[in-house]
Parts: sequence; structure tokens; C-alpha cells
Amino acid sequence: MTIDVATVRKQYPTLQQEVDGRRLVYLDSAASSQTPEAVLDAMDGYYRRLRANVERGVYRLSEEATARYEASRHRLAAFVGAPSPDGVVFTRNVTEAINLVAYSWVRRRLGPGDAVLTTAMEHHANFVPWWHAAQDTGVELRVVPVREDFHLDVEAMGHLLADGRVRFLALGHVSNVLGTINPLSELIALARAANPEVVVLVDGAQAVPHLPVDVAALDVDFYGITGHKMLGPTGIGALIAKPERLEQMPPFLTGGSMILDVSAEHVVWNHPPHRFEAGTPMIAEAFGLHAACDVLDELGMDVVRAHERELVATFLDALGAADGVTVYGPTDPEQRSGAISFAVDGVHPHDLGAMLDSYGVCIRVGHHCAKPLMRWLGVNATARASLYVYNDVDDLAPLLEGIEAARRFFAR
Amino acid sequence: MTMDDLYQEIILDHYRRPKNRAPALDGEDVHVHHSNPLCGDELDLRLRVRDGRIDGLVFDGEGCSISQASASAMTDAVLERDLDDALELAEDFRLLMHGTPATRPDDLRDGVVFEGVARFPVRVKCALLGWMAVRDAIETYLAGASDHAVTYDD
Repeated sequence: MTIDVATVRKQYPTLQQEVDGRRLVYLDSAASSQTPEAVLDAMDGYYRRLRANVERGVYRLSEEATARYEASRHRLAAFVGAPSPDGVVFTRNVTEAINLVAYSWVRRRLGPGDAVLTTAMEHHANFVPWWHAAQDTGVELRVVPVREDFHLDVEAMGHLLADGRVRFLALGHVSNVLGTINPLSELIALARAANPEVVVLVDGAQAVPHLPVDVAALDVDFYGITGHKMLGPTGIGALIAKPERLEQMPPFLTGGSMILDVSAEHVVWNHPPHRFEAGTPMIAEAFGLHAACDVLDELGMDVVRAHERELVATFLDALGAADGVTVYGPTDPEQRSGAISFAVDGVHPHDLGAMLDSYGVCIRVGHHCAKPLMRWLGVNATARASLYVYNDVDDLAPLLEGIEAARRFFAR
Repeated sequence: MTMDDLYQEIILDHYRRPKNRAPALDGEDVHVHHSNPLCGDELDLRLRVRDGRIDGLVFDGEGCSISQASASAMTDAVLERDLDDALELAEDFRLLMHGTPATRPDDLRDGVVFEGVARFPVRVKCALLGWMAVRDAIETYLAGASDHAVTYDD
């Protein structure tokens, strides 16, 4: 099975647009993916036919909306192999999912003498919450460095774990800058060998959209997901957790929905996952995320991965052969996703982004919310082209054309 | 709007052959560091004041062509000016970036060619970087301090 990109593209209204008479070439799915008709229809259907609050109405409209909202939870659980639907907490995004754990687990349970281990290739979403928690609690923050081959330094990680003080490991599944797919099983085994009680969180923002993921098989405690990078709407993500972990945790945000009883004297928290969903949740977005899981499963995540692996190989070959282009990231397509960071000699990434925009090509330029990694690379910014199911080899020529035009323009 | 509206030849000239670009300034009174994390622009500006005038001004840094070229054009426009006069000129440039025609186009010198940047909203911050830095440097000097750092929000 392969992806018929021409057919896929027809499902994305945004991709039907032209920019200055050129086809819109969208190479920024690592920032946010485009939205297929099925997802738009699912959200529209909520607002047009099932608009009611959830988890509280006794009338049929609300009951059905509630059933569909909970069905979305089951759908996502199945899509990522969550240990149980009760271990799926809807959040605004992966940032909120990670903050939930930072507040309700790490801040509550770790203190001076303990260490949190993260890595130098994390998105700020999986770095700043730990830094902040460390500031507040006296926990030590340790950071696994990156090797010259753009993989994590496993040997250095071993040293950082050696004293057994690391009680929490926060790890990205796939780097949003380098595209590196981290060998989770190996890294987690290393951490558990040093401390069998270590609690593991994986940031899956860049993995779930692009790879088959089975959270239960990974045997991690927490796994963060964001909807808007996996063809879903903005404003919804999820924390996938072992249900027993959630049972042990106090809430993060408090208010409506997340309680069983309230009086002036006492409050009884609701059971997970509702304990962690204070207030009216993202209902339309949950419907949309359900549809996004369907769209991806219809394509087949193995097929999505194979498509991107083939495409990234083509892009890497072409960029590697282009004059003045330096790619930052693993060269082996087996070890990387479709996020390709690069620099062009003599052209600042911001100027490159502007030039490519004039060719109808959308890429991300800047620090990609990964300043520790930018510091390691020794740059302030990079350009990043990223691939998804609606990209194909015909997106390469406009990219190369714009890069070459920028080189000529700024060198003239 | 085309690339040539944004990147006029004068702007590219300033980018390739910047004026008053140096990592240090003899007799420096004030050093300010401004950064724009969104694009990774970094600018160091050093100011020397004599008799209420800008007697020396150099910039250094890393960033896109618009930010670096605008800083170069700025130094050219404000050197030798009285501090108050330079602050007024910086305000004139700021308004120009927000679509208001310049009231002192001649005094802005090459700064006036950045007028087209106003039509590229995401680049306005780049063009303003040097001008906001000189305003900050003067205000820092007037407040009796010698250095200041500013990071702009995304």
C-alpha cells in the first residue's frame, strides 16, 4: 500500500489555494498540520446537530454529545495503544499535558536530592516545565547531551543516571528540529536499570502523527499528544497515562466536572480521567480528533511512515546535493522523521523563509522552541521543511528553486 | 508585493556592506543588547555621547538582512545628532513602520527606503530592531546607566 497523494490532497481545502499564481506548497506540518474535510465535518456536525454541554445534561442532545465525546477518548486510546481509555486525559495540547505531570506528579513527589533527567534536543514544552519545577522544588535538572551524529549521547546518559537519583525521565520521542527518532526502549531500559522506580514521560507530539505508536508496549508512565499536528484541530491534546498513576495524583486544574462532592468543609475529587478535565472541555475538538484518528487509520500508520521515509530520503538527497545547503539531522531515513532542518550559506533563515514564501512554499524558520538545541548547534535559527501525508516529490522542486533564488539574491 | 519591494538594492547594500559595524567602541558610554527570539535576531549597540550629541555609535550582531541593514542605515542617520533629535527621528521611523508617512524623510536618509517593510507585518520588528536599540541606548544614557538588555516577545 502507498499513499495516493493526489487523492489525499483533494481532502484538504487549504491545499487547493494558490499563492501569487503558484500552488501552495505546505512544508510546515511539524508546526501544525492541515485539516481534512472529515475533521472539519466532524466539528461542524457537533455545532450544527449536537451542540450541548457534556457530562452534565439529562436530555438526549447532551447525552449523545457526551457519548460522542467519550467515544473520542476511546478512539484516541485505540489509536495510540493507551493502556486504558481511563488513562486518556484531554488537554489543550501537549504543553498542558506535560505541565499537568509537572504540577501533579513532579512538584508533589520530588524534592531536594532528587533529579529530573531530560535532554538537550527537547522542545521547550518538555524542558521549561521541568526547569520551572526544579526552580520551585530544589530538584536537580539534568540534561542528556546530543552527539555529533544528532542522536542522544547514550554513554553520557548512563553517567547522568549512575548515582540513582534520577526519579523522573522526560524524553522526546521524535525531535521537532532534527527529526531524530529516539530509541525509547533502549533509553528507558537504561534509566530503569539505574533506578527501577523511575517514572517516564515521553513527548509524542512529533511521533504520533508520523509513526505507528503503541503506548502500552512502550510501558511508559506518561505520554503526551497534541491533536493539531496529526490532522486534528487546534486546542486539543491528551495525556496518555497508566491509570494507576492518575489514581495517585491530585488534580492540576480545579473547578467544575472534576469533583464528586463539594462543601465548605471538603471536596472529593472525581475519578481519572475526569479528575483532570476541569470545566467544559474541548468538545468539538474531541469530535475532530476522533475523525483525524479515522483518517490516519484509513491511510494506515505503517503506510504513512513508509511514505514519509521514502519522501524524506528524496528530500535529504536533493538538499545534500544542493550548493551551500547544510542539513542538521540524522542522514539515515530509518532513524529520522520528515522534519528537516537546514541552513543555506549566506542567507539568514528569516530571509530564506521570505523568499520561499514568494514561491508559495511554507517552511518554518527560527529556533523551533528548542533553544537548548540551537545553542548546541551554535546557531540562532534554522530553516525547517517538514513532510506529511499530503506532501510528495513535486513539493521538492519549488523548495529547491526558492533556496537557489535566495542564494543568488543575497549573494548578488 | 514582491521580493523587490522588501529587499531594495539600498537595503541589500547596507546588508552586504554595513556602516558603523564593529564589536567595540572607544570611550563607550552605553551598551545595549536587543534580541528578537522569534527570528533569532541579536543586536549589540554601543553609544558614545559628547556634549549631548551622538559622538560615536556602532552596532554588531546577527540576524536577517532587514534587521542588519536597518541598523546600519540607522547609525548613518543618527550619528552626530543631538540626543533629543535622535529620539524624535527614531519615533518618526517607528511610525513609518506602522504606515504613517515619514515627517523627516531626508533626515532618515537611507532609513526611508524601509518604508516598504510596513507592508510585510512580520518583518516590521526586524526593521525596528536597530532603531529601538538606539532609543533604548539614549534613554539608558539619560537615566545614568551604562547597559541594558531587551528581549522582545514572540
